[in-house]
Amino acid sequence: MLGLNTRDASLFVIVVILALTAPFLLNPFPAESSLAQFNAGYPDLMQRFAIYGIFAIGFNILFGLTGYLSFGHAAFLGVGSYAAVWMFKLLNYNILPAVILSVIVGGLFALLIGYISLRRSGIYFSILTLAFAQMSFALAYSVLTPITNGETGLQVYTDDPQYLQSADAPSIPHLFGVTMRSTQDIDFGAWSFSFNAGYYVCAVMMIVMFYLSIRIFRSPFGMMLRAIKTNQTRMNYTGLNPRPYTLAAFVISGMYAGLAGGLLAAMDPLAGAERMQWTASGEVVLMTILGGAGTLLGPVLGAGFIKYFENIFSKINENVLHQWFAFLPDGLEDFLVTILYPFVGKGWHLTLGLLFMLVVIFLPGGLMEGGQRIGRIFRKREKKPEVRAKDPEHHPKPSPHVA
Amino acid sequence: MSKLIINRRSLLKTGGAASVALATPYFFTRGALAQSDMYLNAPKGDTVTLGFNVPQTGPYADEGADELDAYKLAVEHLNGEGDGGCLNTFSSKVLKGNGILGKKVAYVTGDTQTKSDAARASAKSMIEKDGAIMITGGSSSGVAVAVQGLCQEAGVIFMAALTHSNDTTGKDKKANGFRHFFNAYMSGAALAPVLKNAYGSDRRAYHLTADYTWGWTQQESIQAATEAIGWETVNNVLTPLASTDFSSYIAPVLNSGADVLVLNHYGGNMVNSLTQAVQFGLRDKQVNGKQFEIIVPLYSELMAKGAGENIKGVYGSMNWNWTLQDEGTKAFVKSFGEKYGRPPSNAAQTAYAQTLLYADAAERAGTFNPCGIVEALEGYDFDGLGNGPTHYRAADHQCFKDVLVVKGKDAPSNQYDTLEVVEVTPRSQVEYEPDHPMFAGGDLGTCNPGA
Repeated sequence: MLGLNTRDASLFVIVVILALTAPFLLNPFPAESSLAQFNAGYPDLMQRFAIYGIFAIGFNILFGLTGYLSFGHAAFLGVGSYAAVWMFKLLNYNILPAVILSVIVGGLFALLIGYISLRRSGIYFSILTLAFAQMSFALAYSVLTPITNGETGLQVYTDDPQYLQSADAPSIPHLFGVTMRSTQDIDFGAWSFSFNAGYYVCAVMMIVMFYLSIRIFRSPFGMMLRAIKTNQTRMNYTGLNPRPYTLAAFVISGMYAGLAGGLLAAMDPLAGAERMQWTASGEVVLMTILGGAGTLLGPVLGAGFIKYFENIFSKINENVLHQWFAFLPDGLEDFLVTILYPFVGKGWHLTLGLLFMLVVIFLPGGLMEGGQRIGRIFRKREKKPEVRAKDPEHHPKPSPHVA
Repeated sequence: MSKLIINRRSLLKTGGAASVALATPYFFTRGALAQSDMYLNAPKGDTVTLGFNVPQTGPYADEGADELDAYKLAVEHLNGEGDGGCLNTFSSKVLKGNGILGKKVAYVTGDTQTKSDAARASAKSMIEKDGAIMITGGSSSGVAVAVQGLCQEAGVIFMAALTHSNDTTGKDKKANGFRHFFNAYMSGAALAPVLKNAYGSDRRAYHLTADYTWGWTQQESIQAATEAIGWETVNNVLTPLASTDFSSYIAPVLNSGADVLVLNHYGGNMVNSLTQAVQFGLRDKQVNGKQFEIIVPLYSELMAKGAGENIKGVYGSMNWNWTLQDEGTKAFVKSFGEKYGRPPSNAAQTAYAQTLLYADAAERAGTFNPCGIVEALEGYDFDGLGNGPTHYRAADHQCFKDVLVVKGKDAPSNQYDTLEVVEVTPRSQVEYEPDHPMFAGGDLGTCNPGA
């Protein structure tokens, strides 16, 4: 199907189904129950899942295939957002030109930075990209304030020209009249599900980008990128110049990041400089490693995992904990709340850090490896021990030294 | 290796699937319009949810924690628990301690991380997931402006807490947003006469300014105000954000011929720059035959605590101070102190006041509809929340009230008693026209009920 082999096709179908039914899957708890706190099926978070999924898929094309660890990918996300908001300011609120321009700008910016940074590999490459990203952040935050609106973030004002804005068009981002904000809530018994236009735009983009990434992984080009990761010296001796390939991979992943940035701005028309900070670059590295670098689905899972923690765990406060344990005797209740409180609310970083540690120590291949191990246990039960879920082409072992 | 060819059949299939997927949103919008309420997040049950969006991690986490404590206290008082605090001193008597419009007040909290993006994400989740009818918070002007814009688009009320930049009610003002805190212009207007009395009208000022929007507006305001009293501005040097070492910026001050140093820094920046300026011995110098002086236009209790000894005798301005002696302040400090065992900061006071003001406006309007709230708050005069008689101006949703000029105490009696109020600058002196050049360029727009 679609030029994919059976295995990839089934993976792709699973992703499509997951993406399209996310509003149901992410709201498993009834709206009024105390577990509703863990529901993630509201528009903003679903959009973020899809957008950061795109970002991580793109990052994985560079890091997972070539092994080049870029620590500055947030810069491309940031310029993508700025490009999109400028399109809103100059043309109109239709997201199509905005997203197209953000991909182009992300790609061009990646070409520039990649051309310089890829002269080095390993840690030097990482440091160069980090330096460029921090430079972009500092420029956006203060020096380039006329273009980026500095600390406040670039936003659309009513006195902006908007040359193509017609009188009856919505004054918030839309795709040919469908506003990204429009949401239909469907109540189903005690459950409530939100279907949001913006989410479906992001989800369709993510599906397309996921498909593109499968094709890149399975193409001769993807093979060359893997060769770079495995042994660049040998490749040089064979007479192949790896630089055009790495640069192409860098630009492609820059365009993915630009697209993600453009979509972020399309869902919420404000571009803040913090998007380009090194913490944001580090986040996408975490997402990819947490999910499983070099695997197809891993980065998307990792992105979802981190965004879930950031948005759900950070909102559990003392009050909520007390509600949960209200059935216990007072002393015990207070005790449990005291124990748990440092790990939720403002302590969500701590929980995430612990989980990241556990994953890196026990599942070096990320969440995907966890999935495979569970899969293997089930297969053993079916008494087919000879069928190993090993497939070196699909799941390349990480090289001992990163990048 | 798989094939790279996309054949006609598969292309048609993908195209078909894609167009179905793209068409789905149309069905949803149609339904959404038909089903819409009068306004977004109209409270359905017997509770009403407020969203407290403060920095819990990052450089302003301390301020955020203080604000959150004040919000919790306000909710307690609104629900009739505790001693009622400022409900007893508030000039408006419609709040009875039975919630707002008979609905019990519930709240959700979020972490802004002092980043516009994270703040908007957390505010969005409060609006979309928790059904918050009002968002309040902020410890940085960038975040406040970003969240205010979001609330305008989404159609809920935003009650800004700690935000001092002129832009919040200047070029970024929004109809759904209200600010109780004072701003950089007011700091300048309040400080100038006091500085003239203390240091004379023949002074040469050197500015060190944090290189972002808030720093610029504050520097602009202070420069304008001090030049109006006859001071000369020698130089204005922009310092990169997140600098911790200011020695290379302070050394040139010594040879510039300036005799006053103005530090347009906030938070950790200010603690570092002030400490280093004092270590360089600036305050022991005699320049132009005058004692060298340092000014910190915007003070906070937490900064004063951080800078310790170094703030002694340094002038600055504040929105409110817990040592004031009016009834509102006393009631608030008493209930805050009893609950948390420490006096509140001025960030906490503005957070508390904003929550009560929102509740009061809803009660007077008889609805939670943002347009009703806006109408009730615009041009509203009140008293008894600690700042004296206060006016919410309709033209830009900025509060006008007395501004405090404070000075680092020479002999603090305890760790909270670091600042003394030198003068309460009357409201008339810090007022300005809505179209003042420092605030011009924005458009308030109209209130948005979100549906």
